Amino acid sequence: MTMHRFANPGRFMRFADRALPWTLGAMVLCLGAGLYLGLFVAPPDYQQGESVRIMYVHVPSAWMALFVYTNIALASAASLIWRHPLADLVAKASSPIGAGFTFLALATGSLWGKPMWGTWWVWDARLTSVLVLFFLYLGHMALMNAFDDQARGRKAAAILALVGFVNVPIIKFSVDWWNTLHQPASVLRLDGPTIHSSMLWPLLLMALGFTFYYVTLLFIRVKSDLLAARARALEVAALQAGE
Amino acid sequence: MQGFLAMGGHGGYIWPAFALTALVLIGFAVASLRDLRRAQKTLARQEALRPERRRRKAAQA
Repeated sequence: MTMHRFANPGRFMRFADRALPWTLGAMVLCLGAGLYLGLFVAPPDYQQGESVRIMYVHVPSAWMALFVYTNIALASAASLIWRHPLADLVAKASSPIGAGFTFLALATGSLWGKPMWGTWWVWDARLTSVLVLFFLYLGHMALMNAFDDQARGRKAAAILALVGFVNVPIIKFSVDWWNTLHQPASVLRLDGPTIHSSMLWPLLLMALGFTFYYVTLLFIRVKSDLLAARARALEVAALQAGE
Repeated sequence: MQGFLAMGGHGGYIWPAFALTALVLIGFAVASLRDLRRAQKTLARQEALRPERRRRKAAQA
């Protein structure tokens, strides 16, 4: 596995420092182009009118909500199986960002639902399962800090993340399995996207921009956790030396 | 410009959606950078407190 090369914290930090300007630049480019195409170039939808533009933040947020959670589940598996030293830090750094994206998917969906469906919220399978995802993120964050012993908290959070992963396919296929008010997928389909390229491009660029945003923040957050751990180790060593 | 902001009468829903997204993403970025600054400062302080060990280590190297 290539990821093992980054298992060493020092190597990870050097890699992150070198990669950071590139992920940041890619993020700015993608979001800039995506916003321009989404707000100025893409046409209004023949049914939804201008409010279709909410999709350029709603859909990428929802994708990120699932992508970040999947990442946390993978990191949790790596932590439990291989005791990978960085896996816990990746999971810990990811969950607030994932919760943020899930919140945005719910809130922007609500802002779209009011003019289009005539309601802010319905308890259909898609909306309810995404709300469950939001609570899984909050539970993950709470468990991380619930124990005095850091290792126990991380283990408990990893187990929750893995058990909760069952919700990810439920969210993805909820629109096919149940009769939801939420529409079925129009981009991630086996037979290919069913929307016009003038709408597909801003959607993909925004999604790519959000992915680079997540990666950039992941580097920053894991790095600050590693530095904090090093400072703590020095403090403990100093206390022991002073005894 | 007026027409662009009105968004065919749906501006009241579209702009809050974009503003909220910007707010959340910028908020997380600012908080993460603040945490990094704080960790860097704490580490620098801890390292400054242990000059003798660092000198010994440097001598060994």
